[in-house]
Amino acid sequence: MPDNVLHLADVTMQFGGVVAVNNLSLEVNRGEIVALIGPNGAGKTTAFNVATGVYAPTNGRVSFNGETIVSNFPQGKMKKMYAGENRGKYTDVVRKTPDVITKLGIARTFQNIRLFKNLTVFENVLIAKHMNMKAGLFLSTCMINYKEEREMRRQSTELLEIVGLAELRSEISGSLPYGQQRRLEIARALATEPSLLLLDEPAAGMNPQETNDLTSFIYQLRDDFHLTIFMIEHHMNLVMEISDRIYVLDFGKLIAAGTPSEVQNNQRVIDAYLGVAEDGE
Amino acid sequence: MMSMKPRTKHILSIALAAAVIAMLLYLDSNKAQYSYSIAILERSAIYAVVAVSMNLLTGFTGLFSLGQAGFMAIGAYTVGILTIPVEARPNVYYINGIAEPLANVNLPFWAALILGGLMAALVGGLIGIPVLRLKSDYLAIATLGFSEIIRALIAAPQLDRITNGSYGLKSIPAFSSILQVFGIAALCILIMILVINSSYGRAFKAIREDETAAEAMGINLFKHKSMSFVISCFFTGISGGLLAVFMRSIDSKTFQVNLTYDILLIVVLGGLGSITGSVLASFLMTAGREWLRFFDVPLVIGGFSVPLFRNGFRMVIFSLILMAVVLYYRKGLMGNKEFSWDGILRFFYRIAGRLRRKTPGNGGEANA
Ligand SMILES: Nc1ncnc2c1ncn2[C@@H]1O[C@H](COP(=O)(O)OP(=O)(O)O)[C@@H](O)[C@H]1O
Ligand SMILES: [Mg+2]
Repeated sequence: MPDNVLHLADVTMQFGGVVAVNNLSLEVNRGEIVALIGPNGAGKTTAFNVATGVYAPTNGRVSFNGETIVSNFPQGKMKKMYAGENRGKYTDVVRKTPDVITKLGIARTFQNIRLFKNLTVFENVLIAKHMNMKAGLFLSTCMINYKEEREMRRQSTELLEIVGLAELRSEISGSLPYGQQRRLEIARALATEPSLLLLDEPAAGMNPQETNDLTSFIYQLRDDFHLTIFMIEHHMNLVMEISDRIYVLDFGKLIAAGTPSEVQNNQRVIDAYLGVAEDGE
Repeated sequence: MMSMKPRTKHILSIALAAAVIAMLLYLDSNKAQYSYSIAILERSAIYAVVAVSMNLLTGFTGLFSLGQAGFMAIGAYTVGILTIPVEARPNVYYINGIAEPLANVNLPFWAALILGGLMAALVGGLIGIPVLRLKSDYLAIATLGFSEIIRALIAAPQLDRITNGSYGLKSIPAFSSILQVFGIAALCILIMILVINSSYGRAFKAIREDETAAEAMGINLFKHKSMSFVISCFFTGISGGLLAVFMRSIDSKTFQVNLTYDILLIVVLGGLGSITGSVLASFLMTAGREWLRFFDVPLVIGGFSVPLFRNGFRMVIFSLILMAVVLYYRKGLMGNKEFSWDGILRFFYRIAGRLRRKTPGNGGEANA
């Protein structure tokens, strides 16, 4: 049996009348690189947001390493409005907040880069080390925990070296070029010491060279940090090369799943997405 | 670029601190002569504490509270009630008397001041926690409303025997010297700087920058927002206690919303996210207000009475200056930067550069 890390079960996310994610079930296994693809507005980012606790789904369950982290069913106004399936299958409400989910070991990056823009590159990474700190406010204010602080700084420096941003540590993060901002966001996510890394369009805005480098970078991350990687990406070359398995979403619904070659040859996927994507680019 | 050696900077900093202490010692030994300046400086130092505490919350955590006057009132009344000498109390509470349990309680100034801060922090926690758990956008409204409720409570007849109602408190023992005020203010600001520079302070800044990202980095928003708010309330309470001792007599009108707006102006003028900006602006605003008194007295030049110079005109001028600063220095005096000797150096180079360019025959024009 494969070692299940992330499991979405019948997840439906409805915003008012819009069903952004419709009865999505998928799983990501330990050590895999899995991609989630589909046209713009298909609900990919929303699926990430549900898995990380940003939105409570309207119906369905998310588990991480076998533990339910998010679970909900249509309630209140949604009781009447609910347009999805599997009504009545879920009856418990579990709502872990994003910070708790991060502490459990899921880290993420954002499609529309969300760095702490006015802070330095180094501070961005250092802040992600805060959550594992043992010292309380008092010890930290009086600098009694200087050993711990020094260790946090050492680890942050090390991460910057790994992603190749060590020379830029004192730069204001918002002033970096796009590609480097994306790398910094990954370094910041790694600083939380995750076991599962969610990347939302890591190659968006990168030039061809940077996109190329990204492939080996992601392999390196998986191996060096023993990560499982779940990513949303539009660059088909990258996706087909790197992914162990691919899920395809269209209008919130899963339309295909399988290995890159299976997905590439799936007529529904070609009609809904791949044909369009190739025309578009 | 332009920068000094660390050694030079240290020497300059020590020299600056020594100059300030020498000036304070000098003023203190000539109290009678400089009582007016001393009063301005003391008030400035007290405002600096509350301004930095507001900046901690607004400039560093991105939360907005308008309860400063209310939390200062809590600190001020705690200090007032607990430090008025027992013999002076019959005179203070001459109408309704003082509540039995309080009649003989008298704390040293230090203890009362810390208790004032703790009271403000406690009340802040009680108000802040439900608001911060739901929607922190409502913090400003909730604290503004609270601030007015506190004022009403202080003046309420039911509490006459504790707060002395609308008669207010008087005979609060004064500071021993200006050094005491500056010492306490410096200590408070130092502690807040240490908080901001700690890992918790970085978490506050992360929340200010981007709540969603901060939460995704494992930062518990509610916990850290509450922390920042309660710390801010504590120091606001302390500054209220200091204000009570400075003024020696207080009543509920001392803590009107205007006081909060004054502090807000100081913080905005100094620069959101700049501690040195807040401190600098506290002194400039407080002193500026006094310098402008010139406009409040009728001015007669050679028998001709200049129009507009009358009571209240100073506030018009003051408002105009504020408007100009807000329009042209939108980020405040310091932006979100801190004072640094390198900054001073660059500032003078810039001015020198500008002067050189303006002077013809220097080759500057040709280059431009
Ligand atoms: N917070 C929200 N409120 C309302 N609608 C939303 C919200 N977030 C996403 N949506 C809608 O959900 C759909 C899917 O969006 P998204 O998940 O961002 O797509 P993708 O990442 O696949 O491009 C879109 O129609 C979008 O408008
Ligand atoms: Mg998206």
